[in-house]
Amino acid sequence: MKLDAQIPAGPLALKWDRRRFEMKLVNPANKRKFDVIVVGTGLAGAAAAASLAELGYKVQAFCYQDSPRRAHSIAAQGGINAAKNYQNDGDSIHRLFYDTIKGGDFRAREANVHRLAQLSVNIIDQCVAQGVPFAREYGGLLANRSFGGAQVSRTFYARGQTGQQLLLGAYQALCRQIGLGSVTIFPRTEMLDLVLVNGHAKGIVTRSLVTGEITAHAADAVILATGGYSNVFYLSTNAKGCNVTASWRAYKKGAAFANPCYTQIHPTCIPVSGDHQSKLTLMSESLRNDGRVWVPKKKGDTRPPREIPEDQRDYFLERKYPSFGNLAPRDISSRAAKEVCDEGRGVGPGGLGVYLDFADAIQRIGEAGMRERYGNLFDMYEKITGENAYQRPMRIYPALHYTMGGLWVDYDLMSNVPGLFVLGEANFSDHGANRLGASALMQGLADGYFVAPYTLGHYFATAKQPKPRSDQTEFKKAAADMQELTRKLLAINGKRTVNSFHKELGAMMWEKCGMARNEKGLKELLAQIPVLREDFWKNVKVAGQNEELNQSLEHAGRVADFLEFAELLAQDALHRRESCGGHFRTEYQTEDGEAKRDDENFAYVAAWEYAGPGRAAILNKEPLIYEEVHMSTRSYK
Amino acid sequence: MNLTLKVWRQKDARTEGRLVTYQAPNVMPDMSFLEMLDVLNEDLIAKGEEPIAFDSDCREGICGTCSMIINGLAHGGMRGTTVCQLHMRHFRDGETIVIEPWRARAFPVLKDLITDRSAFDRIIQAGGFVSVNTGGAPDANALPIGRIEADTAMDAAACIGCGACVAACKNASAMLFVAAKVSHLAALPQGQIEREQRVLGMVKAMDEAGFGNCTVTGSCEAVCPKEISLDFIARLNREYGKAILKNTFPPAGKGGD
Amino acid sequence: MMSLFRNLFCSSLGKKYLMAGSGAVMFLFVIGHLAGNLQIFLGPEAINRYGHFLQANVELLWPVRIVLLAIIALHIWAAAKLTLENRAARPQAYAQWQPTAATYASRTMMMSGIIVAVFIVYHLLHYTVMVKAVNLTGKDFDARPEFFDAQGRHDIYKMMVTGFQQWPVSIFYLVGVGLLCFHLSHGISAMFQSLGWKKRAYGECLDCGAKWAAALIFLGYSSIPVAILSRWIQ
Repeated sequence: MKLDAQIPAGPLALKWDRRRFEMKLVNPANKRKFDVIVVGTGLAGAAAAASLAELGYKVQAFCYQDSPRRAHSIAAQGGINAAKNYQNDGDSIHRLFYDTIKGGDFRAREANVHRLAQLSVNIIDQCVAQGVPFAREYGGLLANRSFGGAQVSRTFYARGQTGQQLLLGAYQALCRQIGLGSVTIFPRTEMLDLVLVNGHAKGIVTRSLVTGEITAHAADAVILATGGYSNVFYLSTNAKGCNVTASWRAYKKGAAFANPCYTQIHPTCIPVSGDHQSKLTLMSESLRNDGRVWVPKKKGDTRPPREIPEDQRDYFLERKYPSFGNLAPRDISSRAAKEVCDEGRGVGPGGLGVYLDFADAIQRIGEAGMRERYGNLFDMYEKITGENAYQRPMRIYPALHYTMGGLWVDYDLMSNVPGLFVLGEANFSDHGANRLGASALMQGLADGYFVAPYTLGHYFATAKQPKPRSDQTEFKKAAADMQELTRKLLAINGKRTVNSFHKELGAMMWEKCGMARNEKGLKELLAQIPVLREDFWKNVKVAGQNEELNQSLEHAGRVADFLEFAELLAQDALHRRESCGGHFRTEYQTEDGEAKRDDENFAYVAAWEYAGPGRAAILNKEPLIYEEVHMSTRSYK
Repeated sequence: MNLTLKVWRQKDARTEGRLVTYQAPNVMPDMSFLEMLDVLNEDLIAKGEEPIAFDSDCREGICGTCSMIINGLAHGGMRGTTVCQLHMRHFRDGETIVIEPWRARAFPVLKDLITDRSAFDRIIQAGGFVSVNTGGAPDANALPIGRIEADTAMDAAACIGCGACVAACKNASAMLFVAAKVSHLAALPQGQIEREQRVLGMVKAMDEAGFGNCTVTGSCEAVCPKEISLDFIARLNREYGKAILKNTFPPAGKGGD
Repeated sequence: MMSLFRNLFCSSLGKKYLMAGSGAVMFLFVIGHLAGNLQIFLGPEAINRYGHFLQANVELLWPVRIVLLAIIALHIWAAAKLTLENRAARPQAYAQWQPTAATYASRTMMMSGIIVAVFIVYHLLHYTVMVKAVNLTGKDFDARPEFFDAQGRHDIYKMMVTGFQQWPVSIFYLVGVGLLCFHLSHGISAMFQSLGWKKRAYGECLDCGAKWAAALIFLGYSSIPVAILSRWIQ
């Protein structure tokens, strides 16, 4: 496989300008002759669909939710970064670029990240023009906060609902185009397959989640903006419906999957309360500003937290990382929490939790002060756990939150399959091995509003492919394949529910490929997954029929893909014999337990290529060449 | 806890539905309401029965997908709570719980507890936006906005479009939803240019979708998971009144009808 | 101009304006009517003079009557139309239903409105048209000279006293006025809401004020039959 990242020549800061100038344009009068399919209507998808329609392209947008407004971008709480330097605190495009590269542990593509930092300023302008109600100062100017350990205040926010407000902005822009007739929307419709004609992505096969109808749709290009794959771990902070199906099926049609092992854990989630747990809820990381993390020193100490005297408590983050303490980065504090729980010192049901104690802060600023700062979070915690965190410490535990890996794309966000563009969390491009807080929203919108609208035009102007029709054999065959797949799932009629397979897969992934990984565990995992997958295809019980609204069938298709994808994730994790960002191999750590990168051997993007059923995926490497920055080691001691 | 559930079962939009009784044994107080239904569904599938279809996605109270009437109350009636955040500790052992879908002509039932809420999307398509194309926006700080305006806009914009307001209203009115979007954009300077067109278009779309009328009972505000205020409905009424007057008596030099 | 009518008579919000506007006019009438009638406590001279003043100015009286009737018709038409739409908006009722926040008055506006309408018809037949059959006294309130005072004016005082001395008539009157005030207890603040004049800052005062206004109006109106039945006025 040839992986050409198409990075423009010239100085880093001028690459995007140069690329935009070099790109071929589509004549305005001709734009309406091009059809574009956009799968997913989160920040990236909705922004791209709306922007392309504004340019004059004819867009078909698909989402599995009942409305494009419900995509999971909506759940992002914290904020969105932009190098506006409105606070005059020394921020700049270059600083945001550098922080992102460094935060990504030097595993991201330099040129893409720089462009992201450049575009970040346009995003805020665009969103404000749309009417996104960002927080403001009394003087009427935009407010900023520092987020996720950044040393400058560059995060824009709208209460705790930044993702929702940005998504509604994009959704409204999309709705405007739907109203104008330039976008056709297909809600409650799931993409099942990608259709290639002449090696170019020219359409998709979908299933209506209401009627079960399987349909082929043709277009001149396909955009996937279908989010991440955290749900391969079953329990994550993702929505229940989030899945890897669109990306995975594109992979099986030839698109390379890059760095699947880069998964991000969020340290402050509400712990699992029992076997019934269906998802995990994030508590804003800002809580760590005022909370102290501890567990009992003694194993199996089940006394209520207030009865454990100070000298029998282990404030393990403060102990291990005296300078950063409770504010140590996400991955480090997550691993530390897991370690103490593995030692048997965890608290709460199942011993999977650590205390986040606000007693000191309450003493300092009073309960009213705390209520003002974190009232809504404390309320949410009480809603879910039934516990009052003003009186007893919160229990928190890390959970899967974001996936940095995704389909491989070049500088134009086009995958190795011509005509297939991948945006947002679904691609791999900007966050390297670890994403900084408040950067996911930035990337989704940059891709959707400001990158894809240009690069798609260039593809149209240069590829010059014939117009596809959905009654061509390629489409008919793909639709028939999907009908067959659906029939097969329904015909198994075994004994176990889909959910039980998903749960089992998630548990083994979390155990052996979660926060910390090692060769032994990964090898065991790689032996276990095929067994589970085989059992799935023999023993799963999918209720109902195809020709109806059938949630069991929807889930079955997604879990079938997770069962295949999990193996690729584990394989990638096994092959990457270093620790970097969200990928921590216990064999590769410094003496004081820090991630040990191996830049000499692993400074590349691992792009996996599908080799056919039952065959091991083929590894392709895109070397990461840094023209501007020097790789350094993170230290938070 | 052991519970008796009476759940609305309906095969599809064309078939008549009915309440079916199920037993839910061993319910844990820490389960969310939807997890309780998940567990019941697992049992149903194992027994070869059709699981209960219900909508949910983010399960953290922000996407607005989950939607059901529990014992006659939208989202179960807990203040500021969607059904995905409602936990079983608020129910009593041995209780009988009746679960129904949102009921409104504009929200036809698709299956069991799932309804089609695309009418809300059509309302937004009729004007719930600011017509700015991507690119060319002025610098974000070129337009200072007072905190009161920004906070008012945010209060209104918090709407998650779940439809509980419609479900709880005795008239199945969508006024609170429409009011929230109209007020969000009317409160901001960006929304001024299309202010009249927007409210006229959205109200027209609302009427065409077949929602009922507001009789100011306040039920919508009481069940709204984001506690959107009834005040915004007054604001919508004001906006609409101004819009029809301005439409009828345009400023000098402008064409009216 | 056409669009104004279209927006007022066809849109949901427009009909609510009509409802609120017509309601506001009737509310003002209810206050004016009360002020006039309370003059009965000042004795026959005051109220008979007031009655004569109204009846003597035919060119004012009839336009006012016609406008009021038209407004009532508009109020009823809008109510009927809105109610039909509301019913249609929920074709299938909930099996189990708990009203949230909605007051009893707010949920029963249609019913209280219908009964009040019936009462108004009766009330008009009783004292305005003076249909003998409905006053239960067997007397004709328009008969000369029995119901005319020394100055030859219609003896409103005597008519009211005779009319309200009938227990069933007074009770129906109390029920009618009671329901009217119940209707107003929600209607007054809803009127402000529908016209877009309600705000959080004074919303609660408005709700509370509406209830007080309704209660005072009820006290005012009911004082007349109560005073007559208790022989305080005779």
